[in-house]
Amino acid sequence: MQFPVLTIIVMTPMVAAMLILLFPAERKTEIRATALAASVVALGLSLWVYFSYDITGPQYQFIEKYAWLPFLGIDFHVAVDGISAPLVLLTGVVMFTGVLISWGEFNPEQHLSAGIQDRPREFFAFLFLLAGGVFGVFVAQDLFMLFFFYEIAVFPMYLLIAIWGWIKTREYAAMKLTMYLFIGSVISLIGALAIYFSVGLNSFDMIKLTEAIQSGALNGVSVNLFGSQIPFQVFWFPFVFMGFAILGGIFPFHNWSPDGHVAAPTAVSMFHAGVLMKLGAFASLKVGIMLLPEGATYWAPWIMGMALVNVVYGAFIASIQQDFKYVIGFSSVSHMGLVMLGFSTLTSQGLLGAGMQMFSHGVMTALFFAVVGMIYDRTHTRQIPELGGISKVMPFVTVAFIVGGLVSLGMPGLSGFAAEFPIFMGVWRVSPWAAILASISIVITASYIVRIMSSVFFGKLPHYEHHFGDVTILDKVALATLSLVMITIGVYPAVMDRLISSGVEHILRLFGGA
Amino acid sequence: MEPTRVLSLILFSPTLVALIMAFLPREEKTLLRWTALLGSLVPFGLTVAVWFGFDQGRAGFQYVENYVWYPTLNATYHLGLDGLSLSMVLLTTLLTPIAILASFNVEDVSKAYSVKAYMILFLMLETGMLGVFLSLDLLLFFVFWEIGLVPMFFLINQWGSEKGEREVFGKMIPARQYASYKFMIYTMAGSLGLLLAIQLIGVAANTYDLTKLYQIWPSMADLKVPFGLGVGTIKTMAFWAFAVAFALKVPLWPFHTWLPDAHTEAPTAGSMILAGVLLKLGAYGFLRLVLPLFPIESQTYAPVLAFLAMMAIVFGAWAAYGQTDFKRLVAYSSVNHMGFVVLGIAAAAAALGKGDDAVIALNGAVMQMFNHGLSAAGMFFLVGVIYERTHTRNLEEFGGLFPLVPVYGGILIFTSMASLGLPGLNGFISEFLVVRGSWPILPLYTALSMIGLFFTGAYILKGIKKVLHGPTNEKWIGHLTEINPREILVMAPLMVLILWIGVWPGWLLNTINSAMLMLFK
Repeated sequence: MQFPVLTIIVMTPMVAAMLILLFPAERKTEIRATALAASVVALGLSLWVYFSYDITGPQYQFIEKYAWLPFLGIDFHVAVDGISAPLVLLTGVVMFTGVLISWGEFNPEQHLSAGIQDRPREFFAFLFLLAGGVFGVFVAQDLFMLFFFYEIAVFPMYLLIAIWGWIKTREYAAMKLTMYLFIGSVISLIGALAIYFSVGLNSFDMIKLTEAIQSGALNGVSVNLFGSQIPFQVFWFPFVFMGFAILGGIFPFHNWSPDGHVAAPTAVSMFHAGVLMKLGAFASLKVGIMLLPEGATYWAPWIMGMALVNVVYGAFIASIQQDFKYVIGFSSVSHMGLVMLGFSTLTSQGLLGAGMQMFSHGVMTALFFAVVGMIYDRTHTRQIPELGGISKVMPFVTVAFIVGGLVSLGMPGLSGFAAEFPIFMGVWRVSPWAAILASISIVITASYIVRIMSSVFFGKLPHYEHHFGDVTILDKVALATLSLVMITIGVYPAVMDRLISSGVEHILRLFGGA
Repeated sequence: MEPTRVLSLILFSPTLVALIMAFLPREEKTLLRWTALLGSLVPFGLTVAVWFGFDQGRAGFQYVENYVWYPTLNATYHLGLDGLSLSMVLLTTLLTPIAILASFNVEDVSKAYSVKAYMILFLMLETGMLGVFLSLDLLLFFVFWEIGLVPMFFLINQWGSEKGEREVFGKMIPARQYASYKFMIYTMAGSLGLLLAIQLIGVAANTYDLTKLYQIWPSMADLKVPFGLGVGTIKTMAFWAFAVAFALKVPLWPFHTWLPDAHTEAPTAGSMILAGVLLKLGAYGFLRLVLPLFPIESQTYAPVLAFLAMMAIVFGAWAAYGQTDFKRLVAYSSVNHMGFVVLGIAAAAAALGKGDDAVIALNGAVMQMFNHGLSAAGMFFLVGVIYERTHTRNLEEFGGLFPLVPVYGGILIFTSMASLGLPGLNGFISEFLVVRGSWPILPLYTALSMIGLFFTGAYILKGIKKVLHGPTNEKWIGHLTEINPREILVMAPLMVLILWIGVWPGWLLNTINSAMLMLFK
């Protein structure tokens, strides 16, 4: 019996959450230390899984399967493939840096309350519950399990935003986000159940379902809609794909994301944009595209169209925002559009790029939100016209932001380029016009990144209410970690591309050798 | 060829030094300056060693390294040298220490923008430039091409001219910020076309390896582009995408308009590297990529390129003559001199690289790249020297400074003569070779370009006259210090090379020639 590493990765944050709840509320340092320890364990194990994955081996590795509810066909079944291994690592990285950022700094004379100072016990408990759910979704190979962990990942968002969020919009944003995501998951659940019943295997095991569907379990099954017979996959694919893609931020259902991002506390925003949106994209890939490949082929042009709107329109909206955090929020919508764009090409390069973009953007956006949070905690404003000259007071943060900004606009030598380039190659093969349209977004992204850099970080130092300095050592470690990861992948893409490619190859085989 | 990693060492030693410097304390400016200087001498030393190990008689690239980089895209970490890239690498590794020495008087601009940041940016810039010259993979080329932009942006933006303002969208911003944005946006706009063309090639040929592409691309007919356009049309579009991106960098008229602002507002050492090396990246792109990958299209459009080159030569010279800002005069002189490079390239393209004339033109073009690197770096530094002391670049405010600063005056005249193309100095050799090679192939454009040479003389002499000759301007008597030993040390290697190449160019010419003979394989 091999070492149950995936179960441990999933359970570590959850067990840590329960342990943390046992601490007395005043023991803030011990609470934070436990959280940090748990995140280090999870990160270490996810690194181990990442580098131990055998690219030449079978698609699913580190398989564990325990019977759970056999009469319903539900097992606790986990594994990673080439696409999910980097995402598990991403979650570990974001968890680790999120805990570091939440440590914060409390300095009453400077009116500085960075990080989570109020009820950290409950905060970390909910955050880790969320993290456990996220890990669970990425490694789940049982459809029911996937939904189970998905809900665990969504529900704590409501509490985290409503209690610790930005006072002006937190209730609204928390409600909006949770409702959107729940409705999305319900739509997907309906589709998933349709698959479960129609395949007739009495099993939620996605590997078995995939094999059955590949062998033709759904051939000839069709849905009667107003008299016309629509093939099963064509009818149900939108349900399954769109339900999860809502969490991925696809247009026109992306609206929850900017408000959710802005209202959430820093670490939660890091999780939200960095990992949660990847959850949606990943699930739409796993449950939508991989289970219903014919449906995917049929609807691919539509997905491409919507994703294009994400990419270009999202970038436009980002460039007119006055609130720094809203700029980043909409930039997430734009970059997740690139992921969906890659998916929609159904080519090896497009899917490779999408996989890399999920990782690269996850790290980049975690860095962005960390920076925004650090600045807001000190300046107490996020309005771009009111900010300025940050580089003079917070040089470390400035350099980190510059690295993130360059990744965002796809500067070669950083991970953003390594991800976007294959996406564009894939789009080019399917539709050169779409590729040209999408490349417009590069210019717009460059313009708003440069705008933020010059308005917020450079220029004259306005009169801030309180004197402040650069961030703490823990914050610096977090920013440095995130920056180094992006630089490493940019400089040496081979560290990730072969892994994702192996996963992509298996996916493309489901398309009859497409 | 014995496996060696010396090219990677040359390429990344500046980054390594920059990394070490990141851990040094910000306040220790002397330590930082000397670490940067000595660190930048490492790649120079290695390049000289490679120079002596380089075999001029052998075809193809030497010191080749080929490692895994982005396997799924068929892009590899592929480095190699031929005579062309070797001469450019030598230029880069020579000019960087000189520019760093010239930067010893640069100070902190702010907490974030310290001497430490300046030196680190400079070293990163060197890696970017070297990467372009050493890369034998199209995607790797593009990565290094873009990487060089970021340090240059910050160098101009933060350490550029203190004075001056320009208008942007109704708001007045410092001239250096304006220049940095203009530089970045222009170059990136060109790069976008380059990116799309590179993607086209990568998708069609299923590889980014230059050595393979040289074999398969020119004759490739199945381009897998579902646009419904013919192969010829698509290749022409790709050719122009490449050509515009490189024309922007060279800079070729009318894509040159970013240069006067960028060069003028950049800090002295920044201008030295901009004019000395960065412009050569564009010309190198023409030679390494455009001509070998698009021989038919290059031949078809060679007259267009020659026309633009001629305009650059003539207009660049006229514009330089009309300047009152000394630094802007030198900036336009770059447009003027680089025009000759493109003229030579166009002539060779027109002849498809065959025949003695084409090879002579190419030799002249590459030599001009090297020579202009030396003389432009020298001229910009000398402008910086006088600006240090007078805090003005306005030619009208100088006058008769020769008796006050005779050593500076002598050096200025020497370097100006190199820029002018005085026989006996390096500029003459390269300009003569270009004209000699281009005349039989493109006589009209060559003839018109030589008219430009008249005006080259005019603006150079105007510069010297306004600064050094005539009645001495009372303002500066007693307020002008002579050029100091550090500054002489900066100019010395440049002047020695200028004279040496002018009198005995063989050592450089042979290396260049060996590469030019094989350029069109």
